[in-house]
Parts: sequence; C-alpha cells; structure tokens
Amino acid sequence: MQLVLEKRAERSNTIALISPLIAIGLTIVTMTILFAILGKNPILALHAYFIAPLSDSYSLQEIAVKATPLVMIAVGLSLCYLANVWNIGAEGQFLIGAVAGSWLPVVTHGTDAGYWVLPAMLVCGTVAGALYALIPAICKVKFGASEILTSLMLVYVADLFLDYMVRGPWRDPNGFNFPTTAEFDPVATVPLLVSGGRLHLGAIIALLVVAAVAVMLGRTIKGFEIRVVGAAPRAARFGGFNSNQLILLTFAISGGLAGLAGIIEVAGPVGHLQPGFSPGYGFTAIIVAFLGRLNPVGILIAGLFLALTFIGGEQAQIAMKIPLDVTKVFQGILLFYVLACDSLILYRFRLIFPSPKVSSGAV
Amino acid sequence: MLDPTPTGLHSGGTPLLQTVGLTKRYGNFLANEAIDIDIWPQQIHALLGENGAGKSTLVKTIYGLIQPSEGEMRWQGEKMVLSGPSEARARGIGMVFQHFSLFDNLTVAENVALGLDGKESFKDMSARLEEVSNVYGLPLDPKREVWQLSVGERQRIEIVRVLMQNPKFLILDEPTAVLTPQEADQLFIVLDRLKAEGRAILYISHKLEEVKRLCDTATILRGGKKVSTCNPQQETAASLARMMVGADIKEVKAAAGRKTTVPRLVVNDLNMEPDDPHGVRLANISLELKGGEILGIAGVAGNGQDELFAALSGERQCPDPGTIVIDGHAAGHLSITLRRKLGAAFVPEERLGHGTAPRMKLSENALLTGHAASGMVQHGFVNTAATLSTVDRATETFDVRKAKRDPEAASLSGGNLQKFIVGREILRNPAVLVVSQPTWGVDAGAAAVIRQALLDLAASGAAVLVTSQDLDELAEITDRIAVMFHGHLSQPMATAEATREKLGLLMGGSSLEQKEAPHAVSA
Amino acid sequence: MALFEAIILSVLAASTPLLIAAIGELVTERAGVLNLGVEGMMIMGAACGFGGAWLSGSVIVGALCGIVAGTLMSLIFALMTLGLAVNQVATGLALTILGIGLSGLIGAGFVGERITPAPHLYIPGLTDIPFAGRILFGEDGFIYLSLALVIGVWLFLYRTQAGLILRAAGDNHVSAHALGYPVLRIRMFAVMFGGACAGLAGAYLPLAYTPFFIPGMTAGRGWIALALVVFASWRPGRLVIGAYLFGAVTILQLHTQALGLGIPSQFMSALPYLATVIVLVLISRARTGGSTAPAALGTVFVPDR
Repeated sequence: MQLVLEKRAERSNTIALISPLIAIGLTIVTMTILFAILGKNPILALHAYFIAPLSDSYSLQEIAVKATPLVMIAVGLSLCYLANVWNIGAEGQFLIGAVAGSWLPVVTHGTDAGYWVLPAMLVCGTVAGALYALIPAICKVKFGASEILTSLMLVYVADLFLDYMVRGPWRDPNGFNFPTTAEFDPVATVPLLVSGGRLHLGAIIALLVVAAVAVMLGRTIKGFEIRVVGAAPRAARFGGFNSNQLILLTFAISGGLAGLAGIIEVAGPVGHLQPGFSPGYGFTAIIVAFLGRLNPVGILIAGLFLALTFIGGEQAQIAMKIPLDVTKVFQGILLFYVLACDSLILYRFRLIFPSPKVSSGAV
Repeated sequence: MLDPTPTGLHSGGTPLLQTVGLTKRYGNFLANEAIDIDIWPQQIHALLGENGAGKSTLVKTIYGLIQPSEGEMRWQGEKMVLSGPSEARARGIGMVFQHFSLFDNLTVAENVALGLDGKESFKDMSARLEEVSNVYGLPLDPKREVWQLSVGERQRIEIVRVLMQNPKFLILDEPTAVLTPQEADQLFIVLDRLKAEGRAILYISHKLEEVKRLCDTATILRGGKKVSTCNPQQETAASLARMMVGADIKEVKAAAGRKTTVPRLVVNDLNMEPDDPHGVRLANISLELKGGEILGIAGVAGNGQDELFAALSGERQCPDPGTIVIDGHAAGHLSITLRRKLGAAFVPEERLGHGTAPRMKLSENALLTGHAASGMVQHGFVNTAATLSTVDRATETFDVRKAKRDPEAASLSGGNLQKFIVGREILRNPAVLVVSQPTWGVDAGAAAVIRQALLDLAASGAAVLVTSQDLDELAEITDRIAVMFHGHLSQPMATAEATREKLGLLMGGSSLEQKEAPHAVSA
Repeated sequence: MALFEAIILSVLAASTPLLIAAIGELVTERAGVLNLGVEGMMIMGAACGFGGAWLSGSVIVGALCGIVAGTLMSLIFALMTLGLAVNQVATGLALTILGIGLSGLIGAGFVGERITPAPHLYIPGLTDIPFAGRILFGEDGFIYLSLALVIGVWLFLYRTQAGLILRAAGDNHVSAHALGYPVLRIRMFAVMFGGACAGLAGAYLPLAYTPFFIPGMTAGRGWIALALVVFASWRPGRLVIGAYLFGAVTILQLHTQALGLGIPSQFMSALPYLATVIVLVLISRARTGGSTAPAALGTVFVPDR
C-alpha cells in the first residue's frame, strides 16, 4: 500500500477553513488515548481540559490573559512565516522586552514618578524586542547566517541575561534573597479592565494589533509584498520588492510585538520581573501562528484555544494529578496535525494498492 | 494490431518495442489515450506533437518512470512490465532527457556512475567512460563538476551515460533545443552511426526540418492521441505542422509601413560580474534599439541571457547610470520599479516563479508588475477593482482561457499563462519591452498570438528586445539579430542577412573570437 | 598537568554528544532533508535512554532505548515531510516541542534517580601511560563509537555507490527520480539515521556525562549540532574539529566559572550560544562565493507517477 499525493490545480479554500478543526479533532482523539494510557478517565480529563475552564468567569478572564501574549507574539511571527523567514526566537525577544521594560519601574520604584512610566515601559519593551530580533535578521541579510539557529541561540542568551539581572543588579533588597525585582508601583502596572478581576488593558492592545495586521496583510501593498516574498521570492524580486528589507521589517515587527507582550506580561499579570515567568509563550506562539493559519483573525481564535489548554492543564493537574507536561505534549501533537492537515490544502491524498512490483518509494 | 508502417524497411519480423493501446490517466485527464507505436531496430523514429500532446508521458512510460493505466508494452514481441527506469535500462532502453537528469555538484564520472546501477568498480567505469566518449567523438573530462560545463557538454554526459549501457533503444527528448546548428549537425552524425550499429532511436522534436532530414518514421500525437504515423520524408514541414496542430497555423504579419524613430533603449558598454558563482560575466555589451524595431538576441542557453535580462530589467543594477538608457533617461542605477515607471516592461523566461507567483491569483500577479505605475495602489492600499480589471482586459485582448475569473497562476496552461503575462505588460503600453523566450513551451496557437502581439507593439512605436533560442522565431519577427556567447554580444545584423550558418558560427563563438582580438565592440 | 588532562577528558566528553548528533544530521542533510527536530529527538533519547538503563541496569540497553526513541521520533518527521510533503522547518520545530513535552512526561518517573555511568576503557599498560594513556585508551565507549561513526559516514558517503546515490538525492531530487532512484525512500533512511544518532547523542548525556536525568537537560545541544553541520560545510572531517571546538568552549566556561574571576556566571554560561551565533556569521560570511549546502536541502519533493 502506498500513500500518494496529487497536486491540486488550485488551493482548496474549504479545506483551508476546516483543516484546523480536523487537526483539533484528531488531537483530541490522540489525547483520549494518551489519558487512557496514563490511567486517567479520558472523559473526565477532557472535561477538565476543555470544558471546566469555560464554566466560571475567573477562568474565562484567565484564558484571555494567557491568550494576550500568545496572540501578540503569534501575529508578529505570522508575518515572518508568511515572508518565509523563520524567527523562532520569539521567546528571547519576549524576555528581552520584559527585561528592558522593567528598567524604568526598577529605577523609579518608590519615587513619585507619574503616569508616564507605563507608556514609557511599553515603548522600551517594544523597541528592545525589535532590536533583539534584528540581530538574527541582520546576521542573515548581511552574512547569510541561518536565522533559525541564531534566533534560537539568542533565546538562551536572553534567558541567562534575565537571570543575571534579577539575581544581580535588580534584586529586590527586601525580597528575602529571592531572585526577583521589587513589586512594580501602581503607575508601572498595566491597569485592569474589571476591578478585582484578571483581564487587563493588554487584551485590548492585542485586539488592536490583530486588527492592524489584518488590514495590513489583506489590503495594503506592504502586506502583498510580505506574502509574495514568501510565496515566490524570485517573482517578488521581479516585482521590485526587496526581500532583505522585508526580512528586517518582519523581524523588527515580530520582535517588537514579542517585546511588547513581554513587558505587558510582567507589568500586568505578574507584577514584577522574575526568572521563569514565561511558560514558553514564545514557543507556544509558533503553534498558535500555524493553528491560526498565519491569519490574524485565525490567530486570535487559535490563541484563545491554546490559552484554554494552559488553564485546562493546570486544572487537570490540580483535580486529577495529570502532569503539566501533558499540555506540552498536547500542543506538540496539535502542531503536527495542523501541519499535516495543511498539506490537504495543496494536495489530495490517495492510497494506492499496487500490483506486486512497485519500486518507486513513498512512505 | 500492427500498424502498417510506411517505410517498408521491415517486412516481417517483430518490432523491438511495441506499445499497444497504451493509456495514462491522471484523475479524469487522459494524458495518453490508446497509443500504438512500433519501434524497429535500425530506425530513427520521430515523435512529434505540441506541448501537452502527451509526448513526455509516453516516453516516461516507456522508460518505466510512470506506470500505464491501461494497455501494454511489448519488447521483442513479449509483454513487458517495467517497475522503474533501472529495469528499463537493464532491458537496453536508454533515455536522454530534455531537462538533463544531471547533478550539478557531482563530477562527470559520478554522474555517469549514477546512470549505471553500480555493477562495475568506479575505476573500471571511469576507464570505460573515456573509451566510449572517444569512440563516439564526445570528449569529456570525468573529473570536472557538472556546473562548470556548457550546455553542450552536459548533453554529452547524458548521451555517453546512455551509450555506456550499450542500449538497443535510445530515447532523445528535444536534444537539439539547446545546441547550435553546428553542434546539432555533429549530434546527427552520432545518431546516424548509432542507427547503423542497429540500434533504434525515438527522437522527440518540434523542429520539423530536422525530423524530415533525420528520421525514417514519424508518429504524431495531438491531445494525448496518436494522429498518424507517416514517413516524414514524404511530408512537408507544413503538412507535419498541420497534423500536430490540427489546423492551419495563422501566420503572423508585421504591420506595413513600420517606422523606426528615436532610440528608446540604449546599452552602453555594460559590464557585470555574476552574483552567483555559476553565472556568466557580461562583458562590453552595447546595443541601440529604436522605437518600432524588434531586435533579436540568439544564443545557446547559459551564455549570459539571464544575466542580461537581470541587468536590463534592474533586478540587478549597475553603478553607472549611463550604461542603460530607457527612453532618454539614464537608468542603469534604477530599480526595476523605477524602470517600469520610465515605461519599460519585462517578460522573463520562467513563467512560474519568476514571471508570476504560481500560487497567487492572476489579479495579484497583475499587481506584481503593475503596482508601480497603473493606479493599482493608492496611499499604500491596493485597489482590487483595478487589479481585476487588468485581468479582464488581458483575458479579452489576448484570449486567455481559464476556468474562472481570477484563478491561481499555476492552474493555467503554459500557453494561456504566457498570454496573460505578455498581455499584462503590453496593456501598460510600454515604450520598451524586454522579453525572454516569449513562446518557449507554448502551443502553436498561443505562440502565434504572442508573436503577433509583439509585432503590433513594435508597430505602435515601442522598442522590443526578444531573447530566444528558437532561430525560426527570431527570423519570423525581428528586424535585426545579435548573438550572445560567453557574456559577449555580437554586432547585430539585419535579419534578412542572418543565415543559419552565420548565426550558428556566432553561437559557437568562433567568429566572435576573431573580432574579440582588437576589442572592437561598438554601437 | 593533571588539570590539563582533566580538561581534555572533559572536553572530549562534552563534545561527543554534539559530534554524534551532528554526524547523524549531516547524513540527513546530505540527502536533502533539513530536520530541525534534533533537540527534540535528543531529549527523547535522553529520557528513554536513562529510563532503559535505570530499569535494566545496563548502559547498553539504555543506549539502545535512546536510539530507538530517536528513530521513532524521526519516523514521525519522515511521515510528515516525505509522506505528506509538509514544510520541513515547521515540522522540525513541532518535533522539538513534542519531544520536550513527551520526555518530561516519560522522565517524570525517574527524575532524581541515579545510575552507574558508562564504564571507561581500561587496557592495562596502555591506559597507564602518563597523560596520553587516559586520553587515548581510557575513554568511555561512546567516544570511540562517535569517531567510528564519523569515519564510517565518510567512507559511506565518498566510497560507496549507496553514498553517491544519497548525495545525488540531496543535490537534485528531480534528476535522481528521473534516473529511477527512490528519492523518498533514500531520504527516509537518511532521516532515520539522523534520528538514531540524535537519540544516541541524547542518551549519552544521562548515561555517561551526568548519571541522572533532568528535564530539558540537552539545553540546546541539538541546535548547536545543527549549527555544527553548517560550520563543517557538510563534510564529516570538519565536523570533528567543530565539535571539539565547541566542547572546548563549554568546558572553558565551566572552568572559568570555577576560577571565580568575578565574571557573572550567566555571562559565561551564555558563551556556547554566543559562540554559535558568531561562528555561523563568520562561516556564512566566508562563504559568500557560493553555498556548499546540498542543493536540494529543505525542499519538498512530490514524485509524479
């Protein structure tokens, strides 16, 4: 038996729409099996993962809070991936944005600095994230170094830098020697949308980012430029588009958005800078970007869905002692199914039962 | 079931290879439909047909690369099922591909070894390689890597590789498409010799004069079906063409009273290093092209035509603005977008991936070259109505056939996509059009439409530069012809004086070298 | 002198997982496939390798478990990129994400456990030669195996017909297919070899380098191995130099930290990653003339039939 791919004359729009749903369905089937192997009741586990978090307001807000950085980072990454350049170091840009943005609250801590602090922090975080992302971009454009490897290496560097800052210069003197900065002052904190709740201004910013990028990609010549450089680089050059400039631009935008997400996360839900404050948003955002089919609105939905699995994972751990790593496995499997189903947009799959002797090899 | 073959050279006996009702289906599409062909030893059998007629499907089936859906093949009278090319090679079937099946970064010897299924040691193989290439007068250096070699040398590797299998039957797919007329003549000597040795040859070509001269039998395919098997020597080129196309081909006509006016495209001593290590250096290229004129550039592929296109279009820029002058403006330093704004338009050789983004819609591909100068973009926003109307106008003016209003570029047939690309540029009323291989791989109908469009454009006062490997095409539409060789461009000559022999010599670089000595290139 | 010897020994040990993973990836890439999931396959090799050794008490069983785990992971990759023609970069990332999650799940059962690490060779007389004896004749078996692998791969690539075919598939899959070579099958085997090596490299960490398993213990070594293949210009010989250089950087920063020069430890720890970036830049810059990468690297191939 042989699996054969047949190229479709045109991409199938129907499948483009339903392929993420097929992928989610397949992932849930796989997870059911995995839960059973772990000796957990699959029905209860799935309920804990996907239904329970939707049933109370606190969890619903928490989903939006978790989705905020995921969506912001993923929207930026989608621009890179559309342009066929591979920024996989968003986690590093996220951390650097958080560190750079934390500089102001640390130095103004305890002073009577006014309301300019938070906006200035957001600017610092964005700029730092963008600059940090430009390192691999420049290495690629100037020297031809693989942006995949350099951007990833810089994640480790950013992580160590964060570690150094909170253990060294920025450690809270009253913090019982814990590696953390002091709690940010109220003027350095992202305001909540509902008092006493969890939802904060970052969610609104994320929605604005989605809208802006959706317009840019769908309606402007710049958006077209990004898509054509990714889809057919030689044709793009023929069209007069400079792919090097575009690499720099997409990296700067995605790094800036990741940096912005980083400082919002620190100045919002977390409230201070500490190592390990990110559960790997920068990596999960890669999955969000693909699950959302590199489309801003799709990414918004995908971000909410993956945020749900984060919350669900925590609840399942508390309620059923299911290890947190299951969430990561879930996310990894989901990405596989998403990519596999995407293949259906361009190809038709067909199983062939051949006559006895066939040597051309498909897997 | 035997087809009565007209030459009468083989009364009785069995053919070497027979296909009986050979059919290949892709989904609902019939690439080959019930094809019967007999191949006899000691014969050169032509396979004729337009692009998309099913020639390559048929030879791929015979070479074992694809499996037939129905029908069978018989080898020396017995049923033959091939599971793959190595089995075909084991039977004595060899193939020289049109788009060579070579590996650029491997040596000649390694390339040959890959075609031989590894039954002898590399050393023995290398020795035999030298012997075979000497015997047939096809010299090769086994240690060189393929990317260093000319197109003609690459074809030699393919042929020697096949000959080393000592095949009973050779398939050659468009072997002369990339050769100079003189090189082609040498190939014919080799083919005649192979025929005399008793081998059978299936010769795919669309050069009808060549087929008439060389082949004993011709089978003509059209739309996946066999139209006829005939003796090409008893046919005329026109009658063969009619069988291929299924109708008379419209002749293109230059408008009467065409007047050349001021120079619209001038190139002054253009020199350019290649940006890719396998590329060709452009040296001292100068030319002048007036409005209303069509200049042809002939030459074997890989002699700098791609580099010249990049330099003229602005995909690569020159430091000195004056090297390229478009409509009186120094443009050497300008980007392709700015050159388009000066009224230049460009059609590259490669339709998919260069001229268009294959997986994008036609309207987006209209935007690709139209964004600079035609109101498709306002304040950074794309005017979709304007891009769609370009598609509609190109469709109507140039008879582009497609399944829906705005399909993806890749879903169009080669001829229709080329009509769209040429139309997209001509609709912008360019002052200068630079076009590479305008009708390469295009059916005869579309080719006629495109050639006529180029003539009409020139008649309207534009300057048109056509690069082509097809000498017949250049003879048909150009006013003057120059030849490119190793990055140099010869002095243009009037098309009426450009004989095949003259052009062939220039394409082979022979007379150019004499001219090269005093370094006299001027315009 | 003893310190110097210890440094060389630890450099060899630190380099070996990089070398093993990189030689596997080199073969994969020579066939035209870019598998970015080395990190994921390695960490799975580490988890399963440790698990196998801990349960069986045998380092060899552990190493085999690591190999099997890496190979199975690579088969997922092969199914996706070769069978379903999915983008290789994205699939490689997915493989890494999955590997990190799965290894955490598998490894959770034996975090904190210890095993007896792989024994070192001891040849009476030879090993006792001062200085050189321990370095040449006193290593653990993996180190000898890694060098044997490099030599084996070199012989395979440049001295056998099968190796020639593999290189051909990585240079031009259309030509290879036209000549009748089963491109996808060749690539599948190359991917599996890469997976087996990555799994073994991962297993080396808990079996010989440190005798315990911690989640995420590969710490980016898979990515560094990928960079090494670029550094080596896809040639096995240069890979050895690159791997040992990187091992040296790793050990150097550990020793500098121990000396307490007042440089923050985080800066020293960042050294291998920064070195990777710098090396990639220098190597890519030196090669502006043209790429030595396999021409078909990372491209999707769907045969027509």
